[in-house]
Amino acid sequence: MTLSVGIVGGSGYTGGELLRLLHGHPEVTVTQITSREHVGAFVHTVHPHFRGVSQLQFIHPDTLQACDVLFLCLPHGTTANQIDRFASLATYIIDLSADFRLSNPHDYQTWYETPHPAPDWLPKFVYGLPEVNREALRGARYASGVGCNATAMNLAVLPLVRAGVFASARAEIKVGSSEGGNSANSGSHHPVRSGAVRAYKPTGHRHMAEIRQVLGDIDLRFAVTAIEMIRGVHVTAHVRLNTRLAEKDLWRIYRGAYQHEPFVRLVSSKTGLYRLPEPRIVAGTNFCDVGFELDADGENVVVISAIDNLGKGAAGSAVQCMNLMCGFDECAGLSFFGMYP
Amino acid sequence: MNTSTCPVCEATVSIPADAMQNELIACADCGSELEIISLSPLTLDVAPDVEEDWGE
Repeated sequence: MTLSVGIVGGSGYTGGELLRLLHGHPEVTVTQITSREHVGAFVHTVHPHFRGVSQLQFIHPDTLQACDVLFLCLPHGTTANQIDRFASLATYIIDLSADFRLSNPHDYQTWYETPHPAPDWLPKFVYGLPEVNREALRGARYASGVGCNATAMNLAVLPLVRAGVFASARAEIKVGSSEGGNSANSGSHHPVRSGAVRAYKPTGHRHMAEIRQVLGDIDLRFAVTAIEMIRGVHVTAHVRLNTRLAEKDLWRIYRGAYQHEPFVRLVSSKTGLYRLPEPRIVAGTNFCDVGFELDADGENVVVISAIDNLGKGAAGSAVQCMNLMCGFDECAGLSFFGMYP
Repeated sequence: MNTSTCPVCEATVSIPADAMQNELIACADCGSELEIISLSPLTLDVAPDVEEDWGE
């Protein structure tokens, strides 16, 4: 007997990635997937890799039936207005939008420039980063998704902050085009987007709010640049330490933080082609690869991380959350370890 | 199979039972190339990048 799952807003890239991960999940069955635009269409007409794999058809969100678990993949600001209805339909909810990521409604208003539509719901949601909130997620009924850029940054820097050796950081985040969603605009037109190295958010990215929520009010700034890549987030963080460290100190700090984490790998190798994290190696997976190189002065370290924005940065983390919430094996449905080349 | 500690990253490194002194092994965590300096006690060090063998 598997749990029934519904995906709301299933025609987007995140919805498609969720469907892919949940299709191979041993404990759940996706019984409903909604799309206002594609009502009645087979999912493979929108997510072509499902041809011959799934016979699911999109339904209108108004016809959504009760189920055990709902994944909400609606645009930011949409979910919160309907959360009471969704909660009446499902025992467990994982919302992949930004609506319930920030626990403080004032932070939401600051970063999203509008009052939160359902502030009473904020305390009910657990921020869905298992590496930070694993115990709170166990048995929780409501979890938020995570911001992809925030996740790559949080997992890169978190061990240094927790170890008390972090002084400050300036970082560059390179991102792929799928972060922009599946709606075309003039900026995503092929002649414009292809080959771009576009600094689209040098300051003030909204994910800073999530980073501060996880890491605290630390001295950290980052810029985001869109590059020629479809999936992927790549963080290069120049971290100044508040003490001098040796390389083996860094290994001790990072290994201590992540040696029991099933989806964080340390990639900081002296040999081989892939000595530090690269997005293409984690494409389609739920891994976050984290690596570092200590400057010769021992007081500065470049920390690099890579995730798939649709994987660990969205759908993968959401499935990991569901596994914890429902008491499943935390890694269920997330065993794909990538492809190469 | 014996184990030792990587001098670079402190990972546990497995040493084959039939390993010989001066044999080179790799650390699975940090990828460093390590040399077995001695078997008793088991001692590892970072292998030199390039070492001239003076025609030997």
